[in-house]
Amino acid sequence: MVQIKNLHASIAGKEILKGLTLDIPDGQVHAIMGPNGSGKSTLSYVIAGREGYEVTGGEILLDGQNIMAMAPEERAAAGLFLAFQYPVEIPGVAMTMFMKTAINGIRKQRGEGEIDALDFLKLMKKKQAELGMSDEMMKRAVNVGFSGGEKKRNEVLQMAMLEPRMAVLDETDSGLDIDALKVVADGVNKLRSDKRSFLVITHYQRLLDYIKPDVVHVMAAGKIVKTGGPELALELEKTGYAEYAA
Amino acid sequence: MSSITQETIDQVEALGGKYEAGFVTDIESEKAPKGLSEDTVRFVSAKKGEPEWLLEWRLKAFRHWQTMPEPTWAKVNFPEFDYQDAYYYASPLTKNKPKSLDEVDPKLLETYEKLGIPLREQEMLAGVAVDVVFDSVSVATTFRKQLAEQGIIFCSISDAIKEHPELVKKYLGSVVPYHDNKHACLNSAVFTDGSFVYIPPGVKCPMELSTYFRINEMNTGQFERTLIIADKGAYVSYLEGCTAPMRDENQLHAAVVELITHDDAEIKYSTVQNWYPGDENGKGGIYNFVTKRGMCEGKNSKISWTQVETGSAITWKYPSCILKGDNSQGEFYSVAITGNYQQADTGTKMIHIGRNTKSRIIAKTISAGKSDSTYRGQVKIMPKAINARNFTQCDSLLIGDQCGAHTVPYIESRNATAQLEHEATTSKIGDDQLFYCQQRGLSEEAAVALIVNGFCKEVLQNLPMEFAVEAQKLVAISLEGSVG
Ligand SMILES: Nc1ncnc2c1ncn2[C@@H]1O[C@H](COP(=O)(O)OP(=O)(O)OP(=O)(O)O)[C@@H](O)[C@H]1O
Ligand SMILES: [Mg+2]
Repeated sequence: MVQIKNLHASIAGKEILKGLTLDIPDGQVHAIMGPNGSGKSTLSYVIAGREGYEVTGGEILLDGQNIMAMAPEERAAAGLFLAFQYPVEIPGVAMTMFMKTAINGIRKQRGEGEIDALDFLKLMKKKQAELGMSDEMMKRAVNVGFSGGEKKRNEVLQMAMLEPRMAVLDETDSGLDIDALKVVADGVNKLRSDKRSFLVITHYQRLLDYIKPDVVHVMAAGKIVKTGGPELALELEKTGYAEYAA
Repeated sequence: MSSITQETIDQVEALGGKYEAGFVTDIESEKAPKGLSEDTVRFVSAKKGEPEWLLEWRLKAFRHWQTMPEPTWAKVNFPEFDYQDAYYYASPLTKNKPKSLDEVDPKLLETYEKLGIPLREQEMLAGVAVDVVFDSVSVATTFRKQLAEQGIIFCSISDAIKEHPELVKKYLGSVVPYHDNKHACLNSAVFTDGSFVYIPPGVKCPMELSTYFRINEMNTGQFERTLIIADKGAYVSYLEGCTAPMRDENQLHAAVVELITHDDAEIKYSTVQNWYPGDENGKGGIYNFVTKRGMCEGKNSKISWTQVETGSAITWKYPSCILKGDNSQGEFYSVAITGNYQQADTGTKMIHIGRNTKSRIIAKTISAGKSDSTYRGQVKIMPKAINARNFTQCDSLLIGDQCGAHTVPYIESRNATAQLEHEATTSKIGDDQLFYCQQRGLSEEAAVALIVNGFCKEVLQNLPMEFAVEAQKLVAISLEGSVG
């Protein structure tokens, strides 16, 4: 599904990703853990094509296709989704409207017609219910006045609505209470299929009790420094990152 | 109307950021001789077969105009306008004034169809009556008869002068006196046409009334005059729209709008201004120097201005309310968008005279390109205005780093019981907001349109339904190409 080969990227002339290689096959869930500032969010932005992140080497393939020249919205249309570590507020734009505009933006790029208004509402209701989000919340402006946990839940809702092929979740578990963590994990697990892959960035092994990863990576100083099975996360819980210090 | 739709975004993308209304209609016209003199004033008045009192009023205005200096306090820059190098009257050439739409030149009807303004009544938007002013004259007023059945007068001001002289004489210049300011003074001297509305006591106008202004002729100024009176307990919602062809030289538009509400009456006045703004190098475009003022004469009356200003090279405009009646209310909701080299200096004045008068100002300024935009607003509380209240909120949004936005509030309170609140913010469209939208599948331009429409929501939702969607599109179109 996604192959990242020897990726180098810098922000404002400072190299953050220093030769990162990662291969996520169809249907798998990979977790990345790593110290603060190791470049995890940077990786997620580079995958999603954010402006200002200069790729100085390497490439990213989605289903075998090099996506480096694609705009963020084209990557979205190709099935890439990023749940943000810090979801962004858009004042005055109601969640439902935002969601509909997003779905239609993607459909348009794929050469499909607009979603039927009724189908959209039904879909929205269903996904909302699964994630325990009220109608009232959907009438509010995107992320405006949402609590930290609500924002994260809202990211998962958007993912569920857009049904991506590949989803990157950047610390979606941070700031969630125990119940919300389960709801969010359920939301992710419902979407798991042999055609969809996930890259889950987290600091806490607890999330991985709910979302069982196939592979766990340790990232430090802009590189994947160790790869293993779910047991690696448990190990890290005990040892910390001391041995990976750059 | 919460925010922009996908349809809007598609249409905007299809338009590719062009000024759509920039074509010229090839139609023969009759013009006054070039330049401005007493003869021009007499020519205009004679063309319209006006009564003597009106000619006298015009001449008084003209003589006064000659003594007035150009206003210089606004934050706009432009070479001095050569008043002698312009025409003050242009009328599509027809032998007789058309009695019905069937007699209107098909080319004119075509023009309005292209602009999306349907004049044929059977094709009209449900519930909108339209008066259309082409260069200097009104060419059609629809639904006139249906409205007349309820005693509503909706016609061109020229017709009103002939058919309802007592009303015109009573109210013309009663809110904006001819000597008010240089531009209003010029308008009083040479105004050519415009709309007239009178709503009798107790009548709620059953449809939106709308005027559409179009400048077609080269070197022609448009000086329309609009007068709207809502008698006791009456209500009317009125919308004005405007376009002009793309031309290299600057054209002058100096309109005057006067509104009067008697006891318990309400006027809602909405403007979607899309005059040609000039090209990307700042060449051409309309000078939009407009005086709009409403008088809340009666108690419990209300005047609400909503404007979406996207066009014009220069906008100089302060729709205001004089809150004379006790418990009267004034509102001003504004979106002003400038791009390229456009300049806008716009805002409002709320003059509180009566007791318990309330005013509310919501101004949203969006600047892009090398444009410059100023909100200038005055709130004045007179000594007798016990318990007056004002709430003002001015928000500026900057796109790019070569544009400017300024907020200039003037507050004067002469009564200690007044409660005044003022809030102002300046922000930029964040890269994070753009990226967030793009990650969800929106193009950069669709993202800007969505974010800006969200920013303007409080104002746009005050527009009549039929026009809110249009306005959203216009907002999106006027920002085309302003990012990246
Ligand atoms: N715009 C920027 N300009 C300069 N440095 C930046 C910028 N953005 C990020 N960095 C730096 O890049 C490094 C990696 O940041 P990143 O956000 O990717 O880390 P992270 O692994 O996600 O950390 P955390 O676990 O705290 O979320 C940090 O040292 C950070 O300070
Ligand atoms: Mg991070």
